[in-house]
Amino acid sequence: MFDLTGMTALVTGASGGIGSAIAKALAAQGTRLALSGSNLEKLEAFKAELGGDHVALPCNLSDGAAVDQLVPQAVQALGKLDILVNNAGVTRDNLAMRMKDDEWDQVIRVNLEAAFRLARAAAKPMMKARFGRIVSITSVVGQTGNPGQANYAASKAGLVGLSKALAQELASRGITVNCVAPGFIRSAMTDVLPDAQKQALLGKIPAGDLGTGEDIGAAVVYLASREAGYVTGQTLHVNGGMAMI
Amino acid sequence: MSETADRVKKIVVEHLGVEAEKVTEDASFIDDLGADSLDIVELVMAFEEEFGVEIPDDAAEKITTVKDAIAYIDEHKG
Repeated sequence: MFDLTGMTALVTGASGGIGSAIAKALAAQGTRLALSGSNLEKLEAFKAELGGDHVALPCNLSDGAAVDQLVPQAVQALGKLDILVNNAGVTRDNLAMRMKDDEWDQVIRVNLEAAFRLARAAAKPMMKARFGRIVSITSVVGQTGNPGQANYAASKAGLVGLSKALAQELASRGITVNCVAPGFIRSAMTDVLPDAQKQALLGKIPAGDLGTGEDIGAAVVYLASREAGYVTGQTLHVNGGMAMI
Repeated sequence: MSETADRVKKIVVEHLGVEAEKVTEDASFIDDLGADSLDIVELVMAFEEEFGVEIPDDAAEKITTVKDAIAYIDEHKG
């Protein structure tokens, strides 16, 4: 089950906490990867750590023209593209009343617009192949909202709507489009939270613990697999029960 | 019938799974041949590949009949 041998994938934000766990999970199932990220040094270091025959494709996701080149570059490097994982995301937290235009724009551009551009480009080779898997990493806050994150929550909710529309357009061609919505995941960001805040957070999670990158990687592997071919337009929530939607 | 017309019709028959007799030059992809908008996107991709032409979106939107496709390709192929 869930064997991805012979498949290829493009993963954005691949050197980050969740992105690297997703990349490792896909690679462990036999996928050959195009690892994308903004920092070439980090990407190359992660590629070396991963071993195997993967490629690094640096890209600035806030640059639309560069984003439009990423899928063609991945297809050229890998020979084909079976799986697209829109994982990259940024935050520019601020109360909505204080939020600057560029804080809004930057988050929407990287988290939502880049995902659309990549999916639009990936649909072409996937349609020809009559097979494709597009998985976008959204967030529990796209469903629940979060104070200080109007931009981020909007971008993550946007990914859900985008995926549902694409899922309907592409289902007849063997392409599925889904989201994975992490809850609170152990990362550099959550490690620095004060203990009191961490305890308050854990009180809201029935599972009693933060999630891990591996939890997200496993969800992506499932949605990318041939076995998940009848699952499309869905959001798989991986959050220890903190929100049941 | 031109060589372009033959090749265009062959692609249409293959992609839409329709009978060759139905693919007349006046046939509309959507109204006569049962294509949906996604089929048209795929047909345009197939024409681009077969003839080595690039069909930009604004031109593709104007290609609604077999004749339109043949005319565009004859005009733009190298």
